[in-house]
Amino acid sequence: MRTFAIAAAAFAAISFTPSAKAADITGAGATFPFPIYAKWAEAYKAASGVGLNYQSIGSGGGIRQIRAKTVDFGATDAPVKGEELTRDGMIQFPMVMGGVVPALNIQGIGQRGLKLTGPVLGEIFLGSIKKWNDPKIMALNPGVSLPDATINVVYRSDGSGTTFVWTEYLSLVSDEWKTKIGTNTSVQWPVGVGGRGNEGVSGTVKQIANSIGYVEYAYAKQNNLAYALVQNKAGNFPAPDDKSFQAAAVSANWSAAPGFGISLNHQAAPEAWPIVSATFILMYAKPADPAKSQVALKFFDWAFANGDKLALDLEYVPMPDAVKTMVRTSWKGITDTAGKPIF
Amino acid sequence: MVAVYDRAYQNATRVTRRANPFGFDPVFAALSKAAAITVLVLLAGIMASMIYGGLPAFQTFGLDFLTGTQWDTMNDRYGGLPAIIGTLLTALIAMLIGVPLSIGTAIYLTQLAPAWFKGPVGTAVELLAAVPSIIYGMWGLFVFVPLFAAYFQVPVSNVVEGMPIIGTILYARSPSGLGILSAGIILAFMIVPFIASLTRDMLDQIPTVLRESAYGIGCTTWEVVRHVLLPQAGVSIIGAIMLGLGRALGETMAVTFVIGNANRLSPSIMDPGSTIASRIASEFNEALGLQMNALIGLGCVLFFVTFVVLVIARILVSRVKQY
Repeated sequence: MRTFAIAAAAFAAISFTPSAKAADITGAGATFPFPIYAKWAEAYKAASGVGLNYQSIGSGGGIRQIRAKTVDFGATDAPVKGEELTRDGMIQFPMVMGGVVPALNIQGIGQRGLKLTGPVLGEIFLGSIKKWNDPKIMALNPGVSLPDATINVVYRSDGSGTTFVWTEYLSLVSDEWKTKIGTNTSVQWPVGVGGRGNEGVSGTVKQIANSIGYVEYAYAKQNNLAYALVQNKAGNFPAPDDKSFQAAAVSANWSAAPGFGISLNHQAAPEAWPIVSATFILMYAKPADPAKSQVALKFFDWAFANGDKLALDLEYVPMPDAVKTMVRTSWKGITDTAGKPIF
Repeated sequence: MVAVYDRAYQNATRVTRRANPFGFDPVFAALSKAAAITVLVLLAGIMASMIYGGLPAFQTFGLDFLTGTQWDTMNDRYGGLPAIIGTLLTALIAMLIGVPLSIGTAIYLTQLAPAWFKGPVGTAVELLAAVPSIIYGMWGLFVFVPLFAAYFQVPVSNVVEGMPIIGTILYARSPSGLGILSAGIILAFMIVPFIASLTRDMLDQIPTVLRESAYGIGCTTWEVVRHVLLPQAGVSIIGAIMLGLGRALGETMAVTFVIGNANRLSPSIMDPGSTIASRIASEFNEALGLQMNALIGLGCVLFFVTFVVLVIARILVSRVKQY
C-alpha cells in the first residue's frame, strides 16, 4: 500500500506542482477548502515571501500523503478518529467552516422557496417519500404548489467530506438512516443518481427536473442554485449564511472529541444552520522536519489572524475567536526532536 | 578506375545483402527489439502491480468479489458485480447502436456519397474521433440527458409501465435521464468515428476492379456491398469493431458523467448504474486501505475482461480468415 501512496504522491506532485520551491510549505488533501487555502497562500506569499503548495486531491489522498510523510500537512473534511491520531502521532485542528444545503430544481420554486425538516430529508434520501406532492412535504409548505413528480435524488458519487457531513446529519435526525445507511464519506445510497464532485452534483441538479441534492453552500450560491431551508434543532428555519453557520460553531463543545473532531450538525442554538462542518488540518506531533512544520504553523497563525475577510469573500466561515485560541493552544503539542514546542 | 568502381559496387551490393556488423543495422535491430520488449515489460509490470494491489481484496472476498452486489465502504465489504455488469451492458448497448451506424456511414461514404459530400462528412467523422471524452461527457450531461429524460425516458416509461419483461427492462423508476442506456448511447457516439473511419479506409483499399466487375455482371449496390465488399474487408472490419469495443469497455470520464454512478444492481437499463472505470474514477481520490485494494482489484478484472474480449476477437478473426 505504501508504494501506491508514494506513487500516487509522485504522480500528484508531477501533475499539480510545476514549480515547487524547497522553502515552500507543502500540503495536500480536501478539495472543499482549496479555494480559500489558495487565496490565503497568495496573500501570505505577498506578506512573508513564503509560498504554499497545496494539492487538492481529496481528503483520503491528504490522509494518505501525510501518513506517507510526503507533505508538511494533510487536510481532511471528515475528522480522523482520536485513536488513529494517537496511533499515527498526529494532531488535528479545524481551519475554516462551511455549511451544506439541500439544492433543489423544482419548476416554480425559487431560492429558499421550500421548507424541509431533517426527518423528511431522511425519508426523501431513503426513497420512502417518492413524490414532491407528498403530504409530509405539503404540510411543511402550505400555499406552495408542488408538482406531482417523482423526486430525483442526487448524491456525490466520489468519496467526499460533504457526503460525510450530510450523512452524519441524516443519521442524527433519522433513526432509520442511522441503522440502514450510516455515516461515511461514501455510503450505499438506496435511491438516486451520483454526480462527481460538488460541481457534478450542482450540474446534475441543474440539468434534471424535480431533483434534490446536497452541495456546499458556496457552490449553491455561486451557481445560483435554489435550496431548501431546513428546520434546526430549536425548530426554526434560519437562512444559511455565515451568521447561522458560526452560531453552530459557537454553541458546540469543541473539547468533546480529540483533535476537535466534533460534529457541528444539529446544534441547539436557536439561530444555528443545522448542517455545518469544519475542515481539518493534520500534522505530526513530532515532525521529521520541525523547521518546516514551524513555517506551516506560522502560516496557519497568520490565516487565523488576517484571513477572515478573505474567507468570508469566498463564502467560507471563519472559526470563532474562542476556537482559534483553543487551536493555538493545541499547537503547543507539536514539538521538535528535543521535545520543545515549535510554536 | 573501372576495377575500383566495380569493387566499390560489389561492396555496396554486399552491404545491402548482408548486415554489416559495424554498421547501423545491428543498432537498429537492437533498438526495435528494445522497443518491443519495453511494451512487454510495461504490460507485465502493470499487471503485476495491479494483481499485487488487488490481492488483499481477492483474498478477503474470494469469488464474492466478482459475484457480490454490495459495495459498502462503511463495513469494508466489496462486491463488484454491479460494476462488471454495468461495464458489459454499456459496451453491448454501444455496440448494438454504434456498429450499424459506423458501417453504414463507411459504406455510404465510400460507395454512395457524391464526391462533394464525401470530403466534409469524412472530415467530420475524423474530427469526432479527436474530441476528448470529457467533452462527450459534458455534452451528454448538459444537452443529451435532459432531452433524453423528457422525450424518451418519461414517455417510454409511461407506455411500458406494467407490461411483462419490457415493463421491467425499460421502466425508469426515477426518470432523471442518467443511466445505463444513456451511457451506452453516449459510448456509441464515441466509438462511431473510430469504427467508421477505419472501415472506410478498409473499403477504400479494395481494388476498384473487383467492384466494377461486380457491377459489370449486373449486381445492385446492395449485392456489391453484401457479397463483394463486406467479405473482402470483413476481417479488418471486425478488427475495427474490436478497437471500438476496447474503447467502450474502458471509457471513463464520459461514462462517469452520464451513467448515474449508482452502486446498485437494477433490472432496468433506464436506471442508474456504474462501470468498473467510472467506479474507480469516482472513488480513487478518497479511498483508503481495503477500499483501495478493491478498486485496484476491479481494475484487474477490467484488464481480464478486456483480455478475454480481445482473445475472442482473435478467434473470430481467424475463423473468418479460414472461411
